[in-house]
Amino acid sequence: MTGKKAKVQQAVSKRTLFSVISASSVGTLIEWYDFYIFGSLAAILSSQFFPKDNPTAALLSTLATFAAGFVVRPFGALVFGRLGDLVGRKYTFLVTLVLMGGSTFAIGLIPGYATIGFWAPLLVLLLRLIQGLALGGEYGGAATYVAEYAPENQRGYYTSFIQTTATLGLFVSLGVILITRESLGVEAFADWGWRVPFILSILLVGVSIIIRMRMAESPLFSKLKTEGKISKNPLAESFGKKQNLKMVLLALFGATAGQGVIWYTGQFYALSFIQKACNVEFVQSNVIVAVALLGATPFFVIFGGLSDRIGRKNIMLAGMLLGVLTYRPIYDKMYSLTDLTTRQELSDAQTISRKLAKQPNGDLLTTSTKSHFYSDGLIAKDIEKTIATSKAPNSPSKPELTKAVVLPSRSFWLMIFLVFIQVLYVTMVYGPIAAFLVELFPTRIRYTSMSLPYHIGNGIFGGLTPFIATALVATATKANEVAPGSVDKPYLEGLWYPILVAGVCFVIGLLYLNNKRYTTADD
Amino acid sequence: MDAIKKYLGIVWILLGVYAGYDRITDSLTKIASDKLEDRVFGWVVLCVLVPIVVGGLILFGTYAWQEEYDE
Repeated sequence: MTGKKAKVQQAVSKRTLFSVISASSVGTLIEWYDFYIFGSLAAILSSQFFPKDNPTAALLSTLATFAAGFVVRPFGALVFGRLGDLVGRKYTFLVTLVLMGGSTFAIGLIPGYATIGFWAPLLVLLLRLIQGLALGGEYGGAATYVAEYAPENQRGYYTSFIQTTATLGLFVSLGVILITRESLGVEAFADWGWRVPFILSILLVGVSIIIRMRMAESPLFSKLKTEGKISKNPLAESFGKKQNLKMVLLALFGATAGQGVIWYTGQFYALSFIQKACNVEFVQSNVIVAVALLGATPFFVIFGGLSDRIGRKNIMLAGMLLGVLTYRPIYDKMYSLTDLTTRQELSDAQTISRKLAKQPNGDLLTTSTKSHFYSDGLIAKDIEKTIATSKAPNSPSKPELTKAVVLPSRSFWLMIFLVFIQVLYVTMVYGPIAAFLVELFPTRIRYTSMSLPYHIGNGIFGGLTPFIATALVATATKANEVAPGSVDKPYLEGLWYPILVAGVCFVIGLLYLNNKRYTTADD
Repeated sequence: MDAIKKYLGIVWILLGVYAGYDRITDSLTKIASDKLEDRVFGWVVLCVLVPIVVGGLILFGTYAWQEEYDE
C-alpha cells in the first residue's frame, strides 16, 4: 500500500464507513424493490395496461418484461459507468436513484388502457426502459463507492452488504404488496390498490436521497480528481485498450457469466421449477423459497468476509463447481418429493368441493377442486375453473384445469433445504464478486469497466436462464412425445444451460484468474 | 500452465463459433414461431446474446492465443 493510500484510508473512520454502507445499501435495496414490484404485480398490471386482445399492446407487454429485465441493463452500465468515472460516484448513483424512483412512482400514476388506450402500454414500456437503465448504473456505483471507502484488506466484507440488497429488495417488495393487499382487500387492491406500492416508493427514494446527499465523494476518486488523473474518455479507455478489454473479457467469462446463471438458477428457476414442474401450490412454493432465501442471506456477508482471507477466486469457483456437480441430483430430488407415480393414494379419502365467486365485472367464477390424499400426507388437487359471464350465464367458458400439490411437513422442510443449498451457492458466487470486480480495474475507469461485465453476466447470461431452461424442457418433452423414452427425465433438461455456462466459466476462471487481490497502479 | 492457457485459446474460439451456430439456428426457429413470446425471445437471443457470446469468446480466445493472460 502506498503512503498516500494509507493516509486516505486512515482518514475514514469505521462510523463513516458504516454510514457509507448504509446509504449505498438502502439506495440499492430501494432500486431492487422498485424493480421487483413490477414483476410481482405482473398479472394485475397486464390486465390494467395490456389487454390480451390487442396484439400491439401484447407486444409492448412482452418487450417491457424482457427489455428492462436484462437487455437494457448493460446499456445503463455503459451510460452511468462513463458518467461515474467522469463526474464522480456519488452524483451518478444519486441520478440513478432519482430515475428509478421517479419512473416507479410514475408507473403508479399512469391511467389504465381503458382510459388512455395505446398510450398506457407505451408509457409503461418507456418507464420500464428507464428502470432498466437506472439499475444498470446503480449497482456499479454502490459497489465502487463502498469499496473505495473500505480498507483494502476488508473490501470483500464491506462490499458484501451491497450484495444482500437484491434479496432484501425482493422481500420488501413482497412485504409491501402483501400488507397493502391485506389492508385494502383483494378486490380494491386489484382495482386501484396495486398503485400504492409504486407510489409509496417515492417516500423511500426521498429518504434515501437525503441520506446520500449528505455523503462525500469517494476518497480514491477525490484523490484522482485533485491530482487531475481522471479519465477523459472512460469508454474508450475501458474497451478500446487491449490491456483493459482483456480484463473485461476475463471478468465476464471467468466470473460474472457463471455467477449470473448460478444466481438465477438458485433464486428464480428454483421457484419456477417448484411451481411448474412440481406443481407445488402457490403460497407454499413462495414460502419455501422465501424461507430458504432468508436462511441463506447472512452467508453473503460470511463468504464476502472469507474472500478477504482465502481469496475471491477460490470461493466463487467453488460455488460454480458445486452447482455444476449437484444441480441435477438436487432437482431430481425436488421432483421426486412431488412425484405422484411413486406414491400410494388413499382411494377412499377423496374429497370434492365447489366454490362460487362473483367477479368485479359481474362474471361468475366456479372453482371445483378434487383432492387426492396420499399415504405420506401429500395432497394433490385437480382444480377446474369455469367462468359464466353475466350476458350468457348458462354458457360457461371452457374449463381451465390446473394441478396443485400440498407437501406434507417433512417434504416441505426437505424442499426448503434443497433450495437453501442452491441459495448457498448463490452467496458463494455473489458475495465476493463486487470486491473482485472493483479490484480488477484501476480507479480512473473502474465504474465503467466493472459495470458492463457485471450486467452482461448477471443480466443477460443469468437473465436468460429461465427462458432457455424452459425452452430446453419443452424440446425434451416434445422429443419424448415423438419417441417415448428418448430423453431420460426431460424435466431436468433445462439445467444444461446453467451447468454448461457455469462449467465453462469455472474452467476459464480456474486457469486464467489470479487468486491474489488485484491491486492497480493508482490505488 | 502458460502453454495450456495459450492452446486453450483455440478451444474458446471454436466454442464461440459453435455456440453462435447453435444459438442462431435455435433463435431462427423461435422467430418463425406463431407465439409472440417465442418470437421476442428469438430476437433477443439473436441480437443480444449471440454477438456477446460469439464476439466475446473469439476475442478472449485470440487474446489467450496471443499469451495476453500469461503470468
